[in-house]
Amino acid sequence: MTLIKTKYNRRSFLQASTAAGGGMVLGFSWLASCQPSAEQVKAMPKEWFDINAFLKIGDNGIVTIMSPNPEIGQNVKTAMPMIVAEELDVNWKDVIVEQAGLDTKGFTRQLAGGSQSIRQGWEGLRMAGATARHMLVQAASEQLGVPASELTTESGVIKHEGSGETLGYGEVANAAGGLEVPEEVMLKDPKDFKIIGSSQMNVDGEKIATGQPLFGLDTTRDGMLIAMIEHPPAFGMKLKSIDDSAAKALPGIRDVFTINTQPEGIELQWSDNNVFPELVVVVGETTWQTMKAKKALKVEWEADGSLESTDDHEARLASLLSEPADEAARKDGDPDAAFANAAQIVEKTYSAPFLAHNTMEPMNFFADVSGDKAELIGPIQTPEFLQKTVAALLDIPLDNVSIMMTRMGGGFGRRLYGHFGSEAALISKQVQAPVKLVYTREDDMTQGTYRPAYRVTYRAALDADNNLIGFHVRGAGTHGSPVFANRFPAGAVDNYLAENHTKDSKISTGAWRAPRSNFIAGAEQAFLDEVAEAAGKDPIEFRLELFDRAIANPVGENNDYEAERYAGVLRLVKEKCNWGQDTPGVYRGVSAYFCHNSYVAQVVDVVMEDDRPKVKKVWCAVDCGIVINPGSARNQVEGGIVDGIGHAMYSSMTFKDGQPEKANFDKYRLIRHSEAPEEIETFFVDNGIDPTGLGEPSLPPIVAALSNALSQATGERLYHQPFVQEEALLG
Amino acid sequence: MANFNLNINGKVHQVDVDPDTPMLWVLREHANLVGTKYGCGIAQCGACTIHVNGTATRSCSLPVSSVGDKEITTIEGLSENGDHPLQKAWIKHDVPQCGYCQAGQIMNAASLLQNNPNPSDSDIDGAMNGNICRCGTYLRIKAAIKTAASEM
Ligand code: FES
Ligand code: FES
Repeated sequence: MTLIKTKYNRRSFLQASTAAGGGMVLGFSWLASCQPSAEQVKAMPKEWFDINAFLKIGDNGIVTIMSPNPEIGQNVKTAMPMIVAEELDVNWKDVIVEQAGLDTKGFTRQLAGGSQSIRQGWEGLRMAGATARHMLVQAASEQLGVPASELTTESGVIKHEGSGETLGYGEVANAAGGLEVPEEVMLKDPKDFKIIGSSQMNVDGEKIATGQPLFGLDTTRDGMLIAMIEHPPAFGMKLKSIDDSAAKALPGIRDVFTINTQPEGIELQWSDNNVFPELVVVVGETTWQTMKAKKALKVEWEADGSLESTDDHEARLASLLSEPADEAARKDGDPDAAFANAAQIVEKTYSAPFLAHNTMEPMNFFADVSGDKAELIGPIQTPEFLQKTVAALLDIPLDNVSIMMTRMGGGFGRRLYGHFGSEAALISKQVQAPVKLVYTREDDMTQGTYRPAYRVTYRAALDADNNLIGFHVRGAGTHGSPVFANRFPAGAVDNYLAENHTKDSKISTGAWRAPRSNFIAGAEQAFLDEVAEAAGKDPIEFRLELFDRAIANPVGENNDYEAERYAGVLRLVKEKCNWGQDTPGVYRGVSAYFCHNSYVAQVVDVVMEDDRPKVKKVWCAVDCGIVINPGSARNQVEGGIVDGIGHAMYSSMTFKDGQPEKANFDKYRLIRHSEAPEEIETFFVDNGIDPTGLGEPSLPPIVAALSNALSQATGERLYHQPFVQEEALLG
Repeated sequence: MANFNLNINGKVHQVDVDPDTPMLWVLREHANLVGTKYGCGIAQCGACTIHVNGTATRSCSLPVSSVGDKEITTIEGLSENGDHPLQKAWIKHDVPQCGYCQAGQIMNAASLLQNNPNPSDSDIDGAMNGNICRCGTYLRIKAAIKTAASEM
């Protein structure tokens, strides 16, 4: 058990009150830390004291979490009640999560990105649960006239052992709401967790399996119109003229007009990075009518600068890599000397294309703007930024913009960029009616916000004894380099150099599941495999040697990984897959990576069937601290693996004169049932450390585990994604 | 616009729509059945899968005028109480992530099991390959189909 403080310098993380309809309400900070470090205590970030989530215990005993966190399929809606129920001692099924709309006075962090949802809420939720329990016990002790220390709690019932008297939480909730918030409360020891660490089903599972309305696209309202947009067909083009006569003449069509989501003088947010602000809009009564009218539009577009093609991108990134960067992102020792003295140098270049997010549910948003009020509903990962932009665009007070988040049919980073919400608001204002904006798949896929195209060159210097004495990485990317200068193998090599290049582009890019890591892990871990081979070493032993070095005597100071935990997942996967026991016809590859504060190591088994590789099995070891809901954690790990394999093997977005060459799933290949691994086995490291990211970390390393296995199977190393080129696919 | 009397989930629905309107949009916007999803509109992803006289069909590419008096079944009508063996297996295996593709997956799987009560792994791959799951829940879908098959 750990004693934690709920107050610092007379400022409290918590606020108790009696609930309007009976019961108690405990406001808490989603961001609070229960055991802050010394520096944190000094700084005490202001956000820790913002009450931005609420725990309500009704007089019927039902517990409700008013959660600020959007659901994008990471199952936080299930994990959050589990955490609260654990500390509160209630049945987790009695805990309801209400997806709170954007309360302008309340919720601060409403961002589901970077695998942070659980990491951010973990301590705040535990503190709130433990405090509420403490106050309920306190109220019971007063009511029964016995000391609180003689009371125990279980499943929402307070019991006095001596007299056998019991009180339900609901019976004392009112009284508890009137008590002072205690300055200190006890948290459970992770060893005693009963609910955390047990597998629980997704709370929306039944609704999903029976087709209940849950998603943004399912939103409807009396009198609602449907809107669709037409954006430029190519990056680097803008609107010239419209002939809307044919479209307007079609049945059910209400209006055709243009909007601009980035007019001069409007303050934009980081999330407003789309490059098609000026759009043609069609508004109609039904989706099909509007779709047909959209096709009937005659729009002329004109070039507004250069029109880039994929060949240009590749040539530009390659030419950047031929030059040193102006300044090193990190330099340890004397890399030049190490390479000059090397007995052997390995040098390889890797690349990957732009990728679309392709969430299964296309972008959409509902807006009802009337007077100086705007009501928005839809799938969004960054409602607080959308709210600001919408208020600025409509020139209305921030508090008059309400945003309700729906379940999202996939996120992967795409719904961080809420231009579709702004568009819906402007359209509703124009037509003076509630409107649902719907992107067609084609609109969605050709809109941009892509995972950037990347290219990286690695060089390794080995001495005569095959020790790694020098390491050099130079990366280039569209709108930013993919290299993380302080990640492994930085810290494990005496002479190390990392360099970054970046190239601007008309093509808009954005965060895509595990940004940058989704490319760089595959390149780095494939390269290390080749270096191990050149050194005549087993690929796992080679990596472990480097980790040993980083543990015993790390180079440099800013290594942003823990080498013990890194080595730990590698050892775990090695043991589980019986590494070294070769099975004829089964080809193996290994990879390990650290991102979003979690460590993952994977081994892939590939077999050849009719000359085509088939992934038989993936072994995956994960260290993400305490696993709250192992069943859904496995689901996410599996999803990341399938996603990583799919995109590395099959997917790419290419351009011709600024125009995306793929607009729907007939051309854009996504992984299908038959291409998924036959089996995935996931092992979690049990170390009692606070939970870290889980939605993303299983994706990056799989690309290299796969390509390392494929190179064993085919004798050829793979350097450029997608590994399966279209010609071969079609042929 | 024209009137159509449609037999959906055992009930007659009268709708007044353009004859070329795909069943997907008729279901979603005129019959108030939004379980059937839009994913691609060109018969490539399977999110819109429904049954027409018991056979899995892509509703995004099925004009309402071609339906006549055929029996349409959607995810909402697959079972009376949401207890079709596939629906139970989906919950048991905790299949969904975002959940958006799953109605289409279940409808397609239901049609597979009707024709082949005991599908092998490759039968499942063959039948299900047209249904994309962007979240990558393919392994659990396969496991759930096998569980449902064993219970039917
Ligand atoms: S929406 Fe019909 S197959 Fe994709
Ligand atoms: S569960 Fe998200 S697309 Fe399948």
